[in-house]
Amino acid sequence: MSRIGVLALQGDVREHIRAIGECGADGFPVKSRAELASCDGLIIPGGESTTIAKLARNFGLFDPIVDAMSAGLPVYGSCAGMILLADRVLDAMSGQETFGGLDVTVRRNAFGRQVDSFESEIEFAAGKPFKMTAVFIRAPWVEAVGDSVAVLAEVDGHAVAVRSRNLFATSFHPELTNDTRVHRYFIEEIVAPNMVRSNSLTGAPRGSEGELR
Amino acid sequence: MANASDQGSTGRVVGSSRVKRGMAEMLKGGVIMDVVNAEQAKIAEDAGAVAVMALERVPADIRAQGGVARMSDPEMIAQIQATVTIPVMAKARIGHFVEAQVLQAIGVDYIDESEVLTPADYTHHIDKWNFTVPFVCGATNLGEALRRINEGAAMIRSKGEAGTGDVSNATTHMRSIGDEMRRLSSMREDELYVAAKELQAPYELVKEVAESGRLPVVLFTAGGIATPADAAMMMQLGADGVFVGSGIFKSGDPAKRAEAIVKATTYFSDPKIVAETSKGLGEAMVGINVADIPVPHRLAERGW
Repeated sequence: MSRIGVLALQGDVREHIRAIGECGADGFPVKSRAELASCDGLIIPGGESTTIAKLARNFGLFDPIVDAMSAGLPVYGSCAGMILLADRVLDAMSGQETFGGLDVTVRRNAFGRQVDSFESEIEFAAGKPFKMTAVFIRAPWVEAVGDSVAVLAEVDGHAVAVRSRNLFATSFHPELTNDTRVHRYFIEEIVAPNMVRSNSLTGAPRGSEGELR
Repeated sequence: MANASDQGSTGRVVGSSRVKRGMAEMLKGGVIMDVVNAEQAKIAEDAGAVAVMALERVPADIRAQGGVARMSDPEMIAQIQATVTIPVMAKARIGHFVEAQVLQAIGVDYIDESEVLTPADYTHHIDKWNFTVPFVCGATNLGEALRRINEGAAMIRSKGEAGTGDVSNATTHMRSIGDEMRRLSSMREDELYVAAKELQAPYELVKEVAESGRLPVVLFTAGGIATPADAAMMMQLGADGVFVGSGIFKSGDPAKRAEAIVKATTYFSDPKIVAETSKGLGEAMVGINVADIPVPHRLAERGW
């Protein structure tokens, strides 16, 4: 069973852990370097991107997350998580840091304030494409993408779901609905193939280490 | 039930319960700080606040100066909105639906229908289903929380006693809400009808709490939190996050204390981290013992 950590510094951690469990994987909160090291995949939840970045920096998680991502750890960011994965952020707080790694330019609070937050039906074009209801809360959008980045969903011409190799981000919150297909996509299409790859590299099943702890 | 949610020409539904309650989910594990100007708002944002509450006077000053406390000047709120990138909340008086309309019109992210201000209606709270903007309301017990949710509140905060720096009432209210939820969870289904009568709350909501063991919306705590240890204690008692009013900007070193409370709220179950963040914060707000305040002057008594 894959172990999916949810960065638990601030935000809707519980909802992501529930969705992971419904997909048949093992979801758990990540607040320390040891917990980060035991992840097969990591989710950065919705929340306040400024708060999450600051706490990650203060508690020594910032650089380990960046290192894990560049070493290939699959990471999914929803909303604030998308901002934190972006290489470039518009309308950011001055001096706001992001983990980066995803070659995109994200505009923060692009859809407006809370009174403009909305739900809408979108088409998610990954694997077998499907329609879903997506919840956008003070949501960002992706304004520009690099060559390596695939756009998986759009709203009114703005990219709201993107993927590049091991990194995946949505400006909406699938964890606020009972629809687990986006989490399933992350776990089955990004985390699982990566686990097969790392197992064949190390020659040891990834799960054995987890059971010893 | 009437609802402000609306489907526009773009196929976007705004103001749905999911969007309103979801906004509060994003604040979980965080600290919302009272600020009276743009400069304080910036300090709060830099310290890691998840949102700021814009108001003209912090509760400690409202208490000291007396008089009628009302919604803040929209100009002041606009300055704060222009200064920070995090959500900006503002307070309306209990029952004052026009103050709420004004706050929605200027685009605040959340309205606190608050007992800290002087109530505008001693019978009715605002019908919060009529708004696109979400509301947070105070509660001292489960029945009060469920009545507010029935009126459309998308987030609840335990009231505590604002402007005192005395955490005892926040403790009482958090424990009371928790106790009553645990009691419902242990009941037979046929006992829930009387439980609803006793709580003076709608049966459907009572049943929902009995089944899930939680409120259907996010539960923060407020009123008297002044130290990192206060915040961590409220989190251990089951709060999803913390409002800090006078506790930060009435203390000796607001920036440092704000950051310490943010850290203690995240690592609430780790006493070593709470100890570390509690070091050298300078003077805490002086505070007033709730027991020394005559009952008619206690803010938590407002709202019903």
